Amino acid sequence: MTKLLPMNRRNFLQTTAAGAAAIGLAPSLFSTRAAAQAALTVGFIYVGPKDDYGYNQAHAEGAAVIKAMPGVTVVEEENVPETVDVQKTMESMINLDGASLVFPTSFGYFDPHMLAMAEKYPDVQFRHCGGLWQEGKNPMNTGSYFGYIGQGQYLNGIAAGYASKSKKIGFVAAKPIPQVLQNVNSFLLGARSVDPAITCQVIFTGEWSLAVKEAEATNALIDQGADVITCHVDSPKVVVETAAGRGAFVCGYHADQSPLAPEKYLTGAEWAWGNVYTDFVKKAQAGEKLGNFVRGGLKDGFVKMSPLGPGVSAEARTKFDATLAEMMKGSFSVFKGPIKDNKGGDAVTAGQMLAEDAIELESMAYLVEGVVGSTS
Amino acid sequence: MEDTGIGLWGVPLAIFSGAIRVSTPFIFVSLGESITERSGRINLGLEGTLVFGAMTAYAIAVMSNSPWLGVLAAMATGAVFGLLHGWICKFPKVNDIAIGIAMMQFGLGLAFFLGKPFIQPVAPHLPSISLGGWSNYPQIQSALNINVLFIIGALLAVALWWAFKNTRVGLILRVVGDSSDAARAMGLNPDTVRLLATAVGGSLAAVGGAYLSLYYPGSWNEGISSGQGLMAVALVIFARWNPIGCFLAALLFGGAGALGPALQSVGVTQGYYLFYAAPYVLTLFILVATSSPTRSLAGAPGALSITK
Repeated sequence: MTKLLPMNRRNFLQTTAAGAAAIGLAPSLFSTRAAAQAALTVGFIYVGPKDDYGYNQAHAEGAAVIKAMPGVTVVEEENVPETVDVQKTMESMINLDGASLVFPTSFGYFDPHMLAMAEKYPDVQFRHCGGLWQEGKNPMNTGSYFGYIGQGQYLNGIAAGYASKSKKIGFVAAKPIPQVLQNVNSFLLGARSVDPAITCQVIFTGEWSLAVKEAEATNALIDQGADVITCHVDSPKVVVETAAGRGAFVCGYHADQSPLAPEKYLTGAEWAWGNVYTDFVKKAQAGEKLGNFVRGGLKDGFVKMSPLGPGVSAEARTKFDATLAEMMKGSFSVFKGPIKDNKGGDAVTAGQMLAEDAIELESMAYLVEGVVGSTS
Repeated sequence: MEDTGIGLWGVPLAIFSGAIRVSTPFIFVSLGESITERSGRINLGLEGTLVFGAMTAYAIAVMSNSPWLGVLAAMATGAVFGLLHGWICKFPKVNDIAIGIAMMQFGLGLAFFLGKPFIQPVAPHLPSISLGGWSNYPQIQSALNINVLFIIGALLAVALWWAFKNTRVGLILRVVGDSSDAARAMGLNPDTVRLLATAVGGSLAAVGGAYLSLYYPGSWNEGISSGQGLMAVALVIFARWNPIGCFLAALLFGGAGALGPALQSVGVTQGYYLFYAAPYVLTLFILVATSSPTRSLAGAPGALSITK
């Protein structure tokens, strides 16, 4: 029952999309430009609904960008669990829809699911969102792409640092994996660049999407005095609404959540996947080799910031803009030694300066001094 | 640096407020299920009814701008789900547990399908009553913001407990639940009674769903319930089919569920996965402690398919 519905919906979407494309292209059939572009079918797989104000919406917005490109057919399936289900989805996209480029966008799709499919279909290109792909270890028709969104969380931290009166800020996190830890640390370091006395309380919910627990975590943080909240969960909607309902400021993540809390939304770190997917598709259409390890940050157009909200002071705006300008030049480092971790050890040694693309950051396993929380 | 935290007091406060905030869906689903099971039938499909109710309430609230209309609509759909379950189970050789599982999948699938366009819009929330005005602490004021549905649930638990014992309807329900033959001898039609009991149970479960989507956490998405409907069905057995027991068990589950985030917020950060398992560990302990090798489940309706 549950399997049949998404299949039908996807087939339906695909047929209508193909139909629309055929109608749209009909007048330009005589133009050689459109005909020269190889037809390409691209598959997108999401772990949740694609309008969740969060992770999946960010990817679906990216998919919508390439849908408009000539010669591209997009097939999508939402709510695919990180189980053998995703293998079936990939197989049907490859065999039934003829997809030659697949983007399984969720963290848990990688091993063993995407790797198994990559071995079975060596002619299909797979690109996984996250930091798991390793050269030499994983097949060359697979790869990973990710954005350095940590700098976005650092900018969130700046806005939070100015807005916080209690000097306590809060972070609702899903799981203690490197990307999440880097966001928590960046958020605090951004706030500490405003006031070194600020601390950040982190609560791990243990899952990417658990509405009730996220609401409980937000309430617990605010009960302990945190007055600016951000998060790294799949759909920040519950956290944003709960925090704003309690009168706290919020910084967004993944997508723009300002419509949910227009007064309390300071800013947010958003993905700009449209640029990334456009680049992949252009390369595939031109017959070029796709990158296996694709990374970029604010300056590369992988990540963007939500417009600043009414709660951001003029002083905060000045520092925010100045830091953003420096990041756009590519010279900014969030992790500049000496930084201690929150157990007293050395996280980044004195004189060490990790650029945003430093490979050490992709295996981060510590929380920096000033973050109250633990990775296990 | 002004200190606005409340330190370790946060833990008991979180358990207390969590018990009130998180427990309401459990209360409604388990009260509904206790009515159904007292009539001698198990409806395992309440998880589906809960989620469908959450979706319906949210959708209607978005469209009509009235959360109470949403709750009423949810009750109506819940009753329809219950009627469907009761009607199918009336046929000979139909297993109510299997139908329940099918109805659960049906409800979930249908809710996800119809609920697609309502993930983004924001619905008006159900009102709450502020009982914390006496306190200067915003934390306590927030904890004592009690939703009307919670109060209704509490009153309903007492009313059901009384009605099972003291009213004619309660007696009919218990007779049908304990022995179909005795009920027939009294001139009652067990199928009709069970049909109605399942419908009432379904509409109560849907109110639990409406609470989820319209108050706490107060948004509709496909992961909104994450199994709360199933747990509430188990709560009924845990509470020995006693409505007041259901209410207390729901409070216990709500409070224990708040323990994990609250402990992390005061700095007890090691082993949070273990704290998240607290409600289930607690259930195991209580079941083991209250079990007996010499008697079977006390209070279990005799005609229930698990006791037959």
